[in-house]
Amino acid sequence: MSTLTRTDRQQAAADSAPHAARQRRARRREGWSRRLPLLPALIFTIIVTQLPFLLTIWYSLRSWNLLRPDGNIFVGLQNFVDIFSDSTFRVAAVNSVVITLGCVAVALVLGTFFAILLDREFLGRGIVRTLLITPFLIMPVASSLLWSVSMLNPSYGMVNWVLGLVGIGPIDFTSSLPLLSVVIALVWQWTPFMMLLVLAGLQAQSKDVLEAASLDGAGWWKTFTWVTMPQLRRYMELAVLLGSIYVVNTFDQIYLMTAGGPGTASANLPFYIYQRAFLGFDIGQAAAMGVVVVIATILIAIFALRLIFRSFDDKELS
Amino acid sequence: MSATTQQTAGSGTRAERPEVYKPRRKGVVSGSLLTTFTWVAALVFFAPIAWMVMTSFKQENVASSSPPSFFFEPTLDQYKAVLGSDAAPYFLNSLIATGVSTLLVILLAIPASYALSIRPVKKTNDVLFFFISTKMLPIVAVIMPIYVISGQLRALDSIWTLVILYTAMNLPIAVWMMRSFFQEVPGEVLEAASVDGAGLIKTLRSVLIPMVTPGIAATALICVIFSWNEFFFALNLTAAKAATVPVFLISQMTSEGLFLAQLSAASVLASLPVVLAGWLAQKQLVRGLSMGAVK
Repeated sequence: MSTLTRTDRQQAAADSAPHAARQRRARRREGWSRRLPLLPALIFTIIVTQLPFLLTIWYSLRSWNLLRPDGNIFVGLQNFVDIFSDSTFRVAAVNSVVITLGCVAVALVLGTFFAILLDREFLGRGIVRTLLITPFLIMPVASSLLWSVSMLNPSYGMVNWVLGLVGIGPIDFTSSLPLLSVVIALVWQWTPFMMLLVLAGLQAQSKDVLEAASLDGAGWWKTFTWVTMPQLRRYMELAVLLGSIYVVNTFDQIYLMTAGGPGTASANLPFYIYQRAFLGFDIGQAAAMGVVVVIATILIAIFALRLIFRSFDDKELS
Repeated sequence: MSATTQQTAGSGTRAERPEVYKPRRKGVVSGSLLTTFTWVAALVFFAPIAWMVMTSFKQENVASSSPPSFFFEPTLDQYKAVLGSDAAPYFLNSLIATGVSTLLVILLAIPASYALSIRPVKKTNDVLFFFISTKMLPIVAVIMPIYVISGQLRALDSIWTLVILYTAMNLPIAVWMMRSFFQEVPGEVLEAASVDGAGLIKTLRSVLIPMVTPGIAATALICVIFSWNEFFFALNLTAAKAATVPVFLISQMTSEGLFLAQLSAASVLASLPVVLAGWLAQKQLVRGLSMGAVK
């Protein structure tokens, strides 16, 4: 019985061998025809973004200053030891966190506030929305200059003029409160982004649920905290996440408003690495800092990407 | 404050007609109060831009006066000065960098998102993960090698270097975004096309592309915003020849001391293309900014 079965199987296998091979070939062809349209974009992205990063890792292991052409030698992890004992690097790291968290948190609150105001019909709603999104569209270089000069300047800035009306100031914002100045400009730029995402969340609410809440006698605030907020959470998570990805890379505002100063008081990591690379020409150390930033980013990103995938898979978010 | 007014208004409505929930029919008085408040808040938020535009129509001595002057005789002198200070090459460079990179992004992203949605490859999620992870790679971490390689290839101060970098910068967003549009194409349409024996290219061209054209436009808009406004690469990789509009703006600031009114005029001109594009396509903006997650 068992012999018979085995022979049968062998026979069947022998019969179908060419067939199976054909099938395998067809499947492989099918696989490649699926993959082919993806390849140009994938290969392009790998070459332009991943190869330079591999070089960054290589540079980070070398002592290489462009001003000393003879000095390009392998030093192992020396650059990493140096940057961890560099107090400016630590200040820049802390500033990066403070600027990102501060900007994202305030922009989210302010954006939610505007979104709630916009989530009703009123005269000129379209115009109000248009006004509110404009700061996001203004070129960041232009808005940095606008804030540091026209708004915050101690002698003719608008903010100081308004503060003067209530008897405060004048304050030389960009020198005495550099981080706050940068965060103000960033919040102004990113509030529209938060507002648009939260508004999309508000408008995606099912009218039936709101109606039910109203029939149950829930007032505006109760409905908002118990019905709207749980739904909005996904949208807010997404807004915070995407906002952080962009804000953590902030360079324009710092370069133009404070130049990282006074001293290095308001430098964030992108700006400090830029200084080391393009003003200090210290490729090795700048690269090592880049590597550290990427490792930190990956650690945060592993957590963040899980959140993103949850948001994107969620059918409610559409 | 707004919470309280809304709450009272809401309960008033409920008493009158309990059968219909109408969040938009508030009491007339509190409603118009809220509307006024909304307008004031929006105008305060917009004020810096209004001030920038006003300043751009002033003479220099009026622009930096203290206290600020709200009433003045408007002049076009600053715009004339900006346009007379050979701004054209910068705008042309920005136009090339933005236009060509956006075109390249679209050409690469259409087939890629097709392979991630309609006829998906096996490891779709891994590929998507890879694309978004490149967005998390801090740009500063790759600027040194890009600078060194561009130098060796004699591609520093070349607009094509910026084109390539802007393409790479926007491609992940475009793939994510366009994929979300492709996923909305009903399966039957594609099946019908493949039953008809239409090949891949033909399916793409005759069935899919027309259906996703609005999505392609939205994706292009986002790419235009980010590449037109990009400053970091432009600052570090260009000099006299390939400098773009943001670099031009800084040159306005540093060349002959501070000319506030002229700087404002230059800022207005530099921001105008993207502002207009964003105003016209507000709906698509949300979808683009959220990489297709919010529809």
